Amino acid sequence: MLKALFHILIFPGLLFLFIFGFFAEYVDRKLYARFQNRIGPPWFQPLADFIKLISKQEIIPEEADSNVFKLMPLLALAASSAAILYIPILGERSVFSFNGDVIVVLYLLTVPTFAYFLGGWYSRSVYSMIGAVRSLTQLFAYEVPLFLCILASAMLADTWSLSGIVAFYNQHIGYWFCNIIGFAVALICLLGKLEKIPFDIPEAETEIVAGSFTEYNGRLLAFIRMSFNVEMIVGASLLAAVFLPFGLNLPPAAVFLCYLIQVFLIIAAVSFLRTLFARLRLDQMINFCWKYLAPLAFLQVLFNLILKVVLPR
Amino acid sequence: MHDLHDFEDVKIPIGPQHPALKEPESFLISLRGEKITASSVRLGYNHRGIEKACEERTYTQGLYLIERICGICSHSHSTCFVQAVEEIAGIEVTARAKYLRTLIGELERIHSHLLWLGVAGHEIGFDTLLMYTWRDREVVMDLLAALTGNRVNYGINTVGGVRRDISHKQKEEVLKAIDILEERTKYYIDLAKGETTLIKRLQGVGVLSHEDAEKLDAVGPTARASGIERDVRKDDPYAAYGELDFKVISVNSCDVYGRTLVRLGELMESFSLVRQIIHKIPDGPILIKSSRKIPVGEAVSRYEAPRGEDLHYVRANGTEKPDRVKVRAPTLANIQSVSKMLEDRYLADMPIVIAAIDPCFSCTDRLIAVRDAKNKEKNTVVWETIRLKGIEWYKNKGIDFTSLNEKLTKLF
Repeated sequence: MLKALFHILIFPGLLFLFIFGFFAEYVDRKLYARFQNRIGPPWFQPLADFIKLISKQEIIPEEADSNVFKLMPLLALAASSAAILYIPILGERSVFSFNGDVIVVLYLLTVPTFAYFLGGWYSRSVYSMIGAVRSLTQLFAYEVPLFLCILASAMLADTWSLSGIVAFYNQHIGYWFCNIIGFAVALICLLGKLEKIPFDIPEAETEIVAGSFTEYNGRLLAFIRMSFNVEMIVGASLLAAVFLPFGLNLPPAAVFLCYLIQVFLIIAAVSFLRTLFARLRLDQMINFCWKYLAPLAFLQVLFNLILKVVLPR
Repeated sequence: MHDLHDFEDVKIPIGPQHPALKEPESFLISLRGEKITASSVRLGYNHRGIEKACEERTYTQGLYLIERICGICSHSHSTCFVQAVEEIAGIEVTARAKYLRTLIGELERIHSHLLWLGVAGHEIGFDTLLMYTWRDREVVMDLLAALTGNRVNYGINTVGGVRRDISHKQKEEVLKAIDILEERTKYYIDLAKGETTLIKRLQGVGVLSHEDAEKLDAVGPTARASGIERDVRKDDPYAAYGELDFKVISVNSCDVYGRTLVRLGELMESFSLVRQIIHKIPDGPILIKSSRKIPVGEAVSRYEAPRGEDLHYVRANGTEKPDRVKVRAPTLANIQSVSKMLEDRYLADMPIVIAAIDPCFSCTDRLIAVRDAKNKEKNTVVWETIRLKGIEWYKNKGIDFTSLNEKLTKLF
């Protein structure tokens, strides 16, 4: 019981996620700034922003459904934080592991998007509603390729548990290279999930102010920002576990260090990608996802199916 | 997509306060799904009464006020105004002064176009472009500050010439800065021709056909991107433009991408113009003393501002103050075409379509009409009424300064 509480509240649960989340946000913002030839924020800026936001007055629009409005940021934060418990970050085993936890993690990562949709929809502001619809439309575009890539990797490993996938790739390091298309596609899908340029369509500032989050402020906005940070960590951890399985046979401290390096590599890739492009339009983004990403993901599935037959176990 | 037609159109207000707009302006847009079905533009949030204020000031005072019509193309407005005044007074400005005016004008065009490129990048979510161009824009801003003393509102024009001369050392600085800027602009041209997401967001967006551009009287880069070769610098040369060699950049793509290419091309032309000016600038005085009183007469002056043709009309009545000043800023000519460009486009294109005419709303606003919200009646409100209303409003909120006011009156 105590052990479970420790896992949920401290490591790898909330406390770890919060601290790591702030740090990840700092790294992302700093790298983004440096790529753009700016100085960027100091290391404590994300924490300072968080404290400032939670200490602010909370304003809920009169027309909004205040229960849904208040609940959704917490739901998003809770769902994305829960996902980390099923992702192996220290060695081959996650905290709670069972056969089929891949699906649970993917499901838990989808919940925040729905929470943003509902929160935006029930804000009853035109900008929020357009942003909410956009975030749901975008979900249908990037979710399928993302799932397919992770499915392909799981198929090669012949298991539905993340711990199993990690263990498999740890034993067959060479197989990692087979999933390289899947990794690239999943990384691009992660940009969509985190609503980063070029897929920041649901919160396109110059079009719909802040999309779903237009009416959010104070504490609730702080939770939304935090849940994005946590989503970034969880998404990066998931990709690291599935696609970058190196350094698992080292001593525990080194394994943890390797995990941090993997996550930061993925965050750096995300920051780099978002400096390169302009924001796509919604129709262009859906076209791109279905025309290029989904076929590539299918190719990866097909490739892995063939590999499974051809290669010796 | 059929189901979308069953929904009623959603009306969303873009402005008066909106992140896409840098100045207050109202666009009401009807949406069906992501598509724009109708749009309407409303001007008039920024009226400052500059034209009227000019009538209360002498020509020299008015010049500095006119310069503050726009923070970006301030030299355009002041040159345009001062040209009209000089025409009435019959003052022939010296060649050196003309060259200096042209030099500042071209540097201003460089800084305005670089600024536009960054804003355009921001509107399509390409913030990296914004950061890069605005960093490079600092080079030309510093140059303007070195030459005139100010980063914006240069204050270099005066009736009869210019107020500051250029030294030999400054000439070299200008040439050095232009080299840097030219190299950077070449990079942006490569970027505009090669970056896929940028081209995808700009090509075929905000189409204004050649005929529509003619009909709606588009000016400046907006017209030139629709294949109309209209440039006051070439058609009706003022200042030193008649003696300089340059091309009028125009393309036929009629879309936002074309407007981007036109502005990038004009940047390259401006660099060549600045070099020519530095090499050709004649020696001589920069200022001719003139009387403070301007004889009776009227004049219209045209100037190719970075955003298009700027037009000033001045009527003099023989005193130190003008009888009437009328300003037609380029945005007023271009704003009508925005509704046309937004037809059948997506909501996502709205910011860049508006930004593509390089709007400057505070330059444009001329009139404000106060209407009663209930019975739609027009009425005139005097300053004192507004003041009393303000006091009343604060009193209702529990903020009362009357006792404080009385104490202050007793004190003094």
